[in-house]
Amino acid sequence: MGDHRNLINITDLSAAEIDHLIEIADDIIADPVKYQDMCAHKKLATLFFEPSTRTRLSFTAAMMELGGNVLGFDQASSSSTSKGESVADTIVMASCYADIIAMRHPKEGAPFVGAQYASVPVINAGDGGHFHPTQTLTDLMTIHRKKGSLGGYTIGMCGDLKFGRTVHSLINALLRYDDIKYVMISPEELELPDYIKDTLDEAGVEWKEVRSLDEAIPELDILYMTRVQRERFFNEEDYIRLKDSFILRREMLDPAKEDLAILHPLPRVNEIAKDVDDDPRACYFYQALMGKYIRMALILYLLGLK
Amino acid sequence: MNIDGVNTGYVIDHIKAGTGLEIYNFLKLDKADCTVAIIQRVESTKYGYKDIIKIDGDIPIDCNTLGYMDENITVNRIKDRKLLEKIHLELPEVLTNVIRCRNPRCITSVEEGIEHRFRLADRETRKYRCVYCDTLHTDFQ
Ligand SMILES: [Zn+2]
Repeated sequence: MGDHRNLINITDLSAAEIDHLIEIADDIIADPVKYQDMCAHKKLATLFFEPSTRTRLSFTAAMMELGGNVLGFDQASSSSTSKGESVADTIVMASCYADIIAMRHPKEGAPFVGAQYASVPVINAGDGGHFHPTQTLTDLMTIHRKKGSLGGYTIGMCGDLKFGRTVHSLINALLRYDDIKYVMISPEELELPDYIKDTLDEAGVEWKEVRSLDEAIPELDILYMTRVQRERFFNEEDYIRLKDSFILRREMLDPAKEDLAILHPLPRVNEIAKDVDDDPRACYFYQALMGKYIRMALILYLLGLK
Repeated sequence: MNIDGVNTGYVIDHIKAGTGLEIYNFLKLDKADCTVAIIQRVESTKYGYKDIIKIDGDIPIDCNTLGYMDENITVNRIKDRKLLEKIHLELPEVLTNVIRCRNPRCITSVEEGIEHRFRLADRETRKYRCVYCDTLHTDFQ
């Protein structure tokens, strides 16, 4: 319906469009006042069919900083969806009230369904274990700000590489940029799936797998941490045996580069020890801030205001 | 090919032996208002044995979905006792409302009134990908 753009999968955006969004976000950071009324009288609907406090706060903050308003709901239980209203009906209704929609849903493909019925742009704010494109934009924006470029570094990805959608999506996005070396850090049980390894091979990039963080840390420019969940293991012994190799503690950073950037999509549980937070190389809260700016840029772009 | 008994209609040839009735049911030929014959276990030079369906009536045939069920089928269109067109079926690029996604986390498992749509991902291995959740499906038959 309509000729508006949506963001369902990160690959919906070309590399040039991602560059453009990052440019807008840089400009917002440089001159926020210029943008503070750009979305005046515009409304963002946050339709969260499952709760995600961080993502919803980020979208809300982004719209408010653009001078716009936010309406919506959180959790299926507080909306009519628990009474069985379809995604299609909810989206058609929300299209009547809002100028743009951010939608999160536990079922995979739900925002794609939503976009087919919406008469305004739809942003996928996470659909189960499937896609979460604004997280990937956030990661790219953070890398750009910390490294000055989206290519030309060694990135380590650590933790659950098997089920971690943020890692898969980030890899797919990074493959568009040159001169990136990948170090995959995980237990054997949580290795990258074969189809992603195939993708890396086909792209002809340099990559390797290692079994501990200590082994990888000295050569990294970026370390992307993810959670290793207890329920991913068959038994408690395996979990206890392996988890320490994939938890980042302060002393492990001694051999790391001075300008290492440590990223994490948040929320973390215990995979990054508290004492790492004060290290200047910890960038995960900075990353959350970048998430707001890149969402501001995305809203402006999809509304045709930038 | 023998088109005896078909004035204007179809001869559906090279059906895998033993599946003629399945194809008959899929095409809802029991509801067709014309003469239909299923011929089973015909000796074929190409496939050993095959089934054939003859339809003497110009009814619509969904070749797209038929190609999904058996891509080796040939559909011969007959007009005035002459072969008008020979259609070699193939796996369709898009499948709509033929199969359902088996991923329990897929939106199609709960949302009513939407099309169950798949795109051909790999012709060799007959893999289809759900357009909603991207799950690969193989071996439907
Ligand atoms: Zn599906």
